[in-house]
Amino acid sequence: MKIEIANGRFVDPKHGVDRPASLYIAAGKVVAIGAPPAGWQAGRVLDATGCIVAPGLVDLAARLREPGLEHKATLESEMDAAVAGGVTSLACPPDTDPPLDEPGLVEMLKQRARLSNRAHVYPVGALTVGLAGEELTEMGELTEAGCVAFSQADRPLVDTQVLLRALQYAATFGHAVWLRPQDPHLARGGVAHDGEVATRLGLPGIPVTAETVALATIFALVRQTNGRVHIARLSSAEGVALVRAAKVEGLAVTCDVAAHHLHLSDVDLGWFDTQCRLEPPLRSTRDRAALRAGLADGTIDALCSDHAPVDDDAKLVPFGEAEPGATGLELLLPLTLQWAAADKVPLARAIAAITSAPARVLGIDAGHLAVGAAADVCVFAPDEYWRVEPKALRSQGKNTPFIGLEVPGRVRYTLVGGQVVHEA
Amino acid sequence: MPAASPQIDASGRLAHLLTLEGLPADMIVRILDTAQPFVSIGEREVKKVPLLRGRSVFNLFFENSTRTRTTFEIAAKRLSADVINLNIGASSTTKGETLLDTVDNLVAMDADLFVVRHAQSGAAHLIAAHLSRTGRSHVHVVNAGDGRHAHPTQGLLDLFTIRHYKQDFRGLTVAIVGDVLHSRVARSLIHGLTTLGAPEVRVVGPQTLLPTAVESMGVQVHHDMRRGLAGCDVVVMLRLQNERMRGALLPSAGEYFKHYGLTPEKLALAKPDAIVMHPGPMNRGVEIDSAVADGARSVILPQVTFGIAVRMAVMSMLAG
Repeated sequence: MKIEIANGRFVDPKHGVDRPASLYIAAGKVVAIGAPPAGWQAGRVLDATGCIVAPGLVDLAARLREPGLEHKATLESEMDAAVAGGVTSLACPPDTDPPLDEPGLVEMLKQRARLSNRAHVYPVGALTVGLAGEELTEMGELTEAGCVAFSQADRPLVDTQVLLRALQYAATFGHAVWLRPQDPHLARGGVAHDGEVATRLGLPGIPVTAETVALATIFALVRQTNGRVHIARLSSAEGVALVRAAKVEGLAVTCDVAAHHLHLSDVDLGWFDTQCRLEPPLRSTRDRAALRAGLADGTIDALCSDHAPVDDDAKLVPFGEAEPGATGLELLLPLTLQWAAADKVPLARAIAAITSAPARVLGIDAGHLAVGAAADVCVFAPDEYWRVEPKALRSQGKNTPFIGLEVPGRVRYTLVGGQVVHEA
Repeated sequence: MPAASPQIDASGRLAHLLTLEGLPADMIVRILDTAQPFVSIGEREVKKVPLLRGRSVFNLFFENSTRTRTTFEIAAKRLSADVINLNIGASSTTKGETLLDTVDNLVAMDADLFVVRHAQSGAAHLIAAHLSRTGRSHVHVVNAGDGRHAHPTQGLLDLFTIRHYKQDFRGLTVAIVGDVLHSRVARSLIHGLTTLGAPEVRVVGPQTLLPTAVESMGVQVHHDMRRGLAGCDVVVMLRLQNERMRGALLPSAGEYFKHYGLTPEKLALAKPDAIVMHPGPMNRGVEIDSAVADGARSVILPQVTFGIAVRMAVMSMLAG
């Protein structure tokens, strides 16, 4: 069907465009911007008055919980959540059950995602078999099956020799390796940022050095191997400084931060609020300020949802026993807009952090809307506020620290490959 | 968003006792004053008052503690309450019942007050929040120790003891010595002392046993015990668990005693009338020398006696 998205403000950060313009879509692609092509006859006109027309969002970390963890969420529910949040491409971490360490599992996931006919799914393969941190996976086979990168998700890679070999092997064949920078020994037993709040609440702490020691190790190994490494989920001011220095040095590193960490700090734990049990832990307000500044100045490349649906029972326990994670796909856009408004970041720059920048990290052709590009589009009303409550969320995971809050940004239409897959 | 107070209700009454943090000074003083007459009940022939007659107190211990459970039991019985002891231990979670399922079942048995001990910080807060969320705010919770976080009745009995011997908190220098990192007793006492206006609270121990940024709780940090004890009015020794020798926190009990054990010689650096406290159970020869523990300045046994009175005060104020 030919679709015209009319009367909106068209924002495409990759091409530096921010102006009122209509978008013309045919055969799944953008065919014209601004003025219709000759003989244009729209099958459907979407009115985008008062709305931003942007590339569909690209999320670097969204857990769909399949295979194996369907009690937390299903591919169906989370793909619904993705398009409801304007996300049209997402990378899913390998921490499923079993982990994504075999081509068959990856192919099945890709196939299920395709059949759901919603967002594009880019599996991140397991770096080691079973995520156990001992043997390398068949990265070549997994890449053929559809993996775009390799990671340990949140599981530790204790043995630095295995880490070195993984980076060497991946570098040989040009595979990207994504690493959560957390030293497993320094983080052992910890459930909260090692600072004033954890001290007051008597919670075992995870020191900032757990992140900086891991980053120093990773960067030393990147220097040795010339590998391509993406740092997943920075959490500290010192971590931002180390990434900044690595980039100045010219290392091939990129990095991201989770949207929660731009808005929350350990103070939000209040009296043991398990919604704030996240990995990495929410750190101090000083760390939060550094993460926001790092994202604004480009030290941090991309913002992700770190979507991790968790069932209620796993949060209705003492803080130290609570499962880490929060639902995030439907909050990525609102939290980005809130950050941009508060820190006076230009809208196009903010949208870049959730579209073109993560697409570049993934190495996929997405997150932009030139003529000829796939018509993955997010049309949203930036000034419309909505209340985050369980029934407002499509995700099966209803747990988020933002429950009860009003957030800006209502997604009106989401298009994937020129098809309207969500409208509200 | 953190609630204004998890333990004081809209009309300003104490609904639960979860922590001494954020408890107003006048409320702490009221608890201590309420405890005062209960001390003499223990000296009477009939050691009972009818304040909690017909009430059910459930001692809900997910972590073993004979001593604390016993003092709560004695306190509740002296108030004429019906006492039910449940030693659930750490095995409850393996049976599949969650903490809140357990609580719901006991509320259905008409519990009026829970005394909760749990290995996880925040367990008592979780139960209190659950009761209020489900509209059962007539059921009260007393935190009898949650992880490393708080042990408010111990903090109150420590304050009661200090007030008994020193009368006024203003002007006092108090040293808390030992494993502050893992100590809910230390955290509760620090909050109580700073709230009641003790001008100088010190924590003394090696870096491995002091929590990060502990100064933010309003204390001074000392690693040298001799300097930490100099001129003190009150010395509080903390229990050192044997398992601290594993995991690289300390090399040995012997070396610990050399640096941080309280001996008559070190105690001589404190004021001549300084008192020595310990929450028990003591490790003689590890954190404290027997000559001090049994000496004239030790008030360790009076602490136990006062503990019953303080727990009577708390329970009668909550459920009376």
